[in-house]
Amino acid sequence: MNALRLLVQKPWIWSFAATAIVWFITIMFTGGASAAGLSQAALTFAAFSIIVGIGQMFVITLGPGNIDLSVPAMMTLSGTVALKLMGVDNAMILPGLGVAVLLGVAVGIGNYAFIKLLRIPPIIATLSMSFIVQSMAIWTNRGIRIKPPALLADFTTSSFFGIPNVAIVAFVLSVIAWVLLQKSVYGRWISAIGQSIPAARMAGIPVDGVRLATYVLCAVLASLCGYLLASFSGGAALNMGSEYLLMSIAVVVIGGTAVAGGDSNVPGIWGASLFLFLVVSMLNTYGLGAGIRLVMTGIIIIAVIMVAGGRKRGRA
Amino acid sequence: MKLNLSTDSVRLLIPALSLTVLLCAVFYLQPRAMSYTGLNLLFNLAVPITLATIAQMLIMTVNDLDLSMGTFVSFVACVAATFLPTDPLIGAAILLAAIAAYAVLGIVIHVRELPSIVVTLGMSFVWGGLAVLILPAPGGQAPVWARLLMTSKPPLVPMAIVASIVIAVVTHFIVMRSSFGVLIRGVGGNTRSVERAGWSIIAARGGAYALAAFFAVLAGIALVGLTTSADANIALRYTLLSIAGVILGGGEFVGGRVSPVGAVIGALTLTLAGSFLSFLRISPDWQIGAQGAILIIVLALRLLLNRLEKREKGR
Repeated sequence: MNALRLLVQKPWIWSFAATAIVWFITIMFTGGASAAGLSQAALTFAAFSIIVGIGQMFVITLGPGNIDLSVPAMMTLSGTVALKLMGVDNAMILPGLGVAVLLGVAVGIGNYAFIKLLRIPPIIATLSMSFIVQSMAIWTNRGIRIKPPALLADFTTSSFFGIPNVAIVAFVLSVIAWVLLQKSVYGRWISAIGQSIPAARMAGIPVDGVRLATYVLCAVLASLCGYLLASFSGGAALNMGSEYLLMSIAVVVIGGTAVAGGDSNVPGIWGASLFLFLVVSMLNTYGLGAGIRLVMTGIIIIAVIMVAGGRKRGRA
Repeated sequence: MKLNLSTDSVRLLIPALSLTVLLCAVFYLQPRAMSYTGLNLLFNLAVPITLATIAQMLIMTVNDLDLSMGTFVSFVACVAATFLPTDPLIGAAILLAAIAAYAVLGIVIHVRELPSIVVTLGMSFVWGGLAVLILPAPGGQAPVWARLLMTSKPPLVPMAIVASIVIAVVTHFIVMRSSFGVLIRGVGGNTRSVERAGWSIIAARGGAYALAAFFAVLAGIALVGLTTSADANIALRYTLLSIAGVILGGGEFVGGRVSPVGAVIGALTLTLAGSFLSFLRISPDWQIGAQGAILIIVLALRLLLNRLEKREKGR
């Protein structure tokens, strides 16, 4: 009984409960035939939202107004540049990865430079940055679709004992993120800054350094996700990041991270990412039209937030 | 002898200045733009963007953010292009219901203390879905009166300029002069003290959202009046444009500090930035990037001016 109460108090439990319900309903509808396939697809596609979602979560934890809108442009740029550099050569996989990470670091530093030096609200700074990054992507891409190296394409599309490789990558990154947030000084600093910048500064926390590191981390994760997604889908496309803007914010908030900052949680991102993918595939199995599917997705998102949001108020 | 400027007018200075500079640059590059037709073409699309920016500004006044603005304007455009010309009553009823939905949204966000970003994010799916249901393929036709209004040619000054001035004056009176405007700005500034003073915060939030929806509806109708047909994705970029417009115009994300006149100028600046870049013959690859750069330059200027203002005060 006590354990149950403890479980109900966890903010991430709601997204997992919702995921389980949706999974069950979908399986019931298809007569249990596609249980394994559905779970595998859900893990694969959720993995991409998890990777960008973790970065976005770090940024959102920094406090009110902190958000990174350059995520989709970053994904597109890193996917495009990395695939162009690798040029279907297996030996270039690691250099490609390195370039993707470096691009992420550069864009992250750029983002924070705008925020800090020009004192622009993060939402506008990252938006302006995303315009510039998107232009660079368009300029490098030129509409040519370059295939990923065979080894990398194999890695991203196959699975290990039934678990998709990208999901394993997402899991490793999640564990690192969880350790960073919960066990390291850096994580404590982020939460402290999210709760009150003046107080954090008084306590001697290097506020600017931490915020810079966080924006860089977010850009690097988005870049990594773009690299994987481009390899997974057999080439980079200019609009490949677009749906991940809303997705990255939605998974963070549905997962139970406080939008006001200072309180984050990694398991919730998994629940929310799986949930969002399953909702779409559930509505797909019912054979509904695109319009009704969108409306239902929106209503379900709002419903989950209303249930989960109400619980959170008591704790704050 | 020094001109005594209030802080509010200083806030307006930078947006007005950047608009003027941009306008001069456009005239320099393309002198033919300096005519009735030229101005009309330059600012034609500004009217719906301005209205959407005003709508976003009203939401930002109560410290919220509407990420569904683009999809909502698209939805209204679809309704305006399908129901309004043939069954005006049904069309009007749908639009009224949408405004009511916004009011409910504002109340729910307040009562349940939900983050507006996420709720409107969810709503963007709903509006997008409804738009697809109403108009599955691009098409429809504009209501005759909207078409007439948007293409009318008043003497001396083009329609787009007249409309912008009217919007600026009307919203200035609503937000800066009326008691309702003071109330919603108070909610943005300090909710608790407004509540203690005996005002209903629920009514204020609901009212602000409903008024925002009203302006967004006008934006959708104006857009259809210009384009004569609609599409479920017609106005998606309005979400970010409207936020950028408010900020360019000197508004803030929190604290109820907004300026309707500034927002109108900000929207005009953004519209003009697009034309300016095409006059510069920048390669299409870099058009979006240059737009980002312009945004950054204007904001940097604003920082500079704020610094100067502070130095003046320090003296």
